[in-house]
Amino acid sequence: MNNSYEAVGITENEYKKILEYLNREPNELELNMYGVMWSEHCSYKHSRGLFRHFPTTGERVLQGPGENAGIIDIGDNLAIAMKIESHNHPSAVEPYQGAATGVGGIIRDIFAMGARPIALLNSLRFGDVEESERVKYLVEGVVEGIAGYGNCIGIPTVGGEVYFNDSYNGNPLVNAMCVGIIEHDKIHRGNASGVGNSIMYVGAATGRDGMGGASFASVELTEESEEKKSAVQVGDPFMEKLLMEACLELLETGSIIGLQDLGAAGLTSACCETATRGEGGMEIDVLKVPRREKGMLPVEIMLSESQERMLLIVEKGRESEVTEIVEKWGLHAITIGTVTDNGRLIVKEGDRIAADMPAYSLDSSGAPKYYKEYEEPQYYQELKQLQQEEIKEPQDYNETFMQLLTSPNLCSKEWVYKQYDHMVRTSTVVKPGSDAAVLRVRGTKKGIALTVDCNSRYCYLDPRLGSSIAVVEAARNLVCSGAKPLAITDGLNFGSPEKPDRFWQFREAVIGIGEACRELDTPVISGNVSFYNETESQAIYPTPMIGMVGVIEDIDKSCTMDFKEAGDIVILLGETKNELGGSEYLSRLHGLEKGKVPTLSFGLEKKLQAFILTAIEKGLLRSAHDISEGGLAVALAEGCMEKGLGVDIQIQTKLRRDVALFSESQSRFVVSCSTEALTELQQLMAQQEIPNEILGKVTGEDFKISVNNSDIVTLKVKDMKAAWRGAFKCLMK
Amino acid sequence: MKFGVIVFPGSNCDIDCFYAVKDVLGHEVEYIWHDTEKLNGFDCIILPGGFSYGDYLRCGAVARFSRVMAAVKEHAAAGKLVIGICNGFQVLTEVGLLPGALVRNKNLKFICDTVPLKVEANDSPFTSLYQKGEIINIPIAHGEGNYVADEETLKKMKENGQILFTYVDNPNGSMSDIAGICNEGRNVLGMMPHPERACEDILGNSDGKRLFESILNALEGSLKNE
Repeated sequence: MNNSYEAVGITENEYKKILEYLNREPNELELNMYGVMWSEHCSYKHSRGLFRHFPTTGERVLQGPGENAGIIDIGDNLAIAMKIESHNHPSAVEPYQGAATGVGGIIRDIFAMGARPIALLNSLRFGDVEESERVKYLVEGVVEGIAGYGNCIGIPTVGGEVYFNDSYNGNPLVNAMCVGIIEHDKIHRGNASGVGNSIMYVGAATGRDGMGGASFASVELTEESEEKKSAVQVGDPFMEKLLMEACLELLETGSIIGLQDLGAAGLTSACCETATRGEGGMEIDVLKVPRREKGMLPVEIMLSESQERMLLIVEKGRESEVTEIVEKWGLHAITIGTVTDNGRLIVKEGDRIAADMPAYSLDSSGAPKYYKEYEEPQYYQELKQLQQEEIKEPQDYNETFMQLLTSPNLCSKEWVYKQYDHMVRTSTVVKPGSDAAVLRVRGTKKGIALTVDCNSRYCYLDPRLGSSIAVVEAARNLVCSGAKPLAITDGLNFGSPEKPDRFWQFREAVIGIGEACRELDTPVISGNVSFYNETESQAIYPTPMIGMVGVIEDIDKSCTMDFKEAGDIVILLGETKNELGGSEYLSRLHGLEKGKVPTLSFGLEKKLQAFILTAIEKGLLRSAHDISEGGLAVALAEGCMEKGLGVDIQIQTKLRRDVALFSESQSRFVVSCSTEALTELQQLMAQQEIPNEILGKVTGEDFKISVNNSDIVTLKVKDMKAAWRGAFKCLMK
Repeated sequence: MKFGVIVFPGSNCDIDCFYAVKDVLGHEVEYIWHDTEKLNGFDCIILPGGFSYGDYLRCGAVARFSRVMAAVKEHAAAGKLVIGICNGFQVLTEVGLLPGALVRNKNLKFICDTVPLKVEANDSPFTSLYQKGEIINIPIAHGEGNYVADEETLKKMKENGQILFTYVDNPNGSMSDIAGICNEGRNVLGMMPHPERACEDILGNSDGKRLFESILNALEGSLKNE
């Protein structure tokens, strides 16, 4: 192992801080423990300072950031636990296992709170999938890895997003989100409290796999990264299933004080974090830890990131009760230490003290904290310049529209989500491919809606506004299903925080998320930061993924995005502006990633969202769909796909035709209603001052859009649908 | 009527089957842990989907040796009803209660989708409420659902009317488009599609409900005959 501070990623100043904590030189084990715990991945040393911008409290927040997962109240003594986490670097070098273990890790975070995991989502970013074989290999492996783990453990993967952009060529993003359900009084935390209580180890034996994974995640990817494949762990979803069921059964006994999953930095982080949240101290013996191979050194045992392991804090005297249940599931529970109150984390190897340090000094509360310099990058002002003359108006709108609809970012992702079991547990009411997934909550009338969202092109062009848009768009997705947005979990993926321009992006994004969350009253209840997503040649676009949960009080009143019946009226809510900046149309058809990101008015946004919820509640809407990438034309087409219905749309506008069709102006929805409901809907729109425009009707089999009385898009829905559905499969061949 | 749902440690559709019987059919149902040696008082046993013992080896290859499967064999030998869904079907072929085997899907990928099935025979306790030739939509979710058997077996199954469901648009490469079969005694059903996922309108589809109702009919009928 490493015995110099530079080799474990510790700076000279940080080393001095360790000397102060210990009043002596650290030994090799201690130094390595500091090395992993003070890595960005575990300590958030570069990001923590900015989290004050996030609203993290609220009436419904039962657990905010700082625990394994956040928890939000959904009423009737029920709550939702959720968190998103990145597994980017492991997935870049070993896509299957990298993605699979990412899923495994986030599931453990949820049941560590005592919640039953009920849904998985994921947000993926890859490079140029059309040109690069390597990217195809990564897509293939990541999707299979997610499927392999989630399908086996039996938690449905109900939603997600996949986008492609050259900025991810060397560094894909794989963020997994898990959602669990829990009764209020069953909430557990990762606390090592009660002096004398036992620390028990459950799950897979500890091996040498995943050594230094946290540190690996905290540096940029280089040519040598491939050699670090051994830092990627191997997942065993069957073992995790046993572990999950055993833990959930154990929690029913009342013998468990706290639970903690062994994730990044393994036993080291689990021990110091639970100790810090509890009485402050802990003593464990590495020789009692089940090991997969002989001759493992204490430092290897303490740093291993072997998967499917949990630490339990068990009420003294009830260890045999725990053992019995754990053995029923074919696992072993072994007491490896006890809770103390002397503030020290003591690691013994038999009788010998191998490490002895203040527990909190390893934890993020004792780790260094940096306020890095930030600087507005030059591109920020430059790329705002966009002259409409630069954009040549298309000649053939049918062709342009189809190019857009079948592009990797906008085509159907069924090739991906049909590999995920999205129906197991028979609660998935709205399946993947919609704005938001909807799950029923068994035993109640309620449903929950889930989504994950981020337009990283916006976040690159304007990190603050782009990040605010990510939040409001996630909310829009939920609102379209009839759900009231409640809270978010954020997966913040950025380049190196040590570079001022990258750190500026991060800071702007955090402020933008905070602002939008305050406006919408959707606090940040958990999240993850992944820095150093860059290679020698480039950094990724800033990608703050927003996972959001909402509640539907009466699931029978939920709404979906697809048009339901010919003859229904199609209405645009909101206003289309001359805003092609940052659009998918501009990128795909004109090769331009520039311009001003669409403007956002929180006032209008909130008014529209409230209106949609009221209209759905009153049963006035047949469908509701938010307008995002690809603009109005693509949103209309998406509404036609499920049932194969068409639309006949007339747009009257002063805007250029491509702007009217493809502008990505914010705060817009396409809704449909029956002719009978129209009058009441119009009254409600007038009353609430909702900008709206009746666009036309749902029809049989033709997709027709005319602008200022000239037909510019005329397609057969059947052909349009076949091309949209088949595009991705074709690409992956 | 009393149903039993076998629970292997890696079963994950056990709760779905449980609720389909309890909430949708409104009948009695119990979970049966995999080390159970005797099955007493059950009218119908369901082997649910999932990954019985992880199934890193051939699906169901370990489950074959579990204690409960000896009991399931006895239950079947007594002429009582057994249904294996997805992983349950795989296990039933491994223990020899049903012919053939299930191998990896033709495209080598896991497939989760709702697909049309043709009801090939309705003279079984599992399909009596369907019309022969009827097309129903039932979800599938499997990586190894590609049914294979030797020619002789296929021929015999066809002659005996043991093929109960076929795929309209074969998703996984199964021989003769086979989606579900029964044994010669017609009391053991194995199918890759998941009828328990299609029992309620809120989930988008209730075509699977009649399979369970057929079983109830058969059970009630046999009670009357006794």
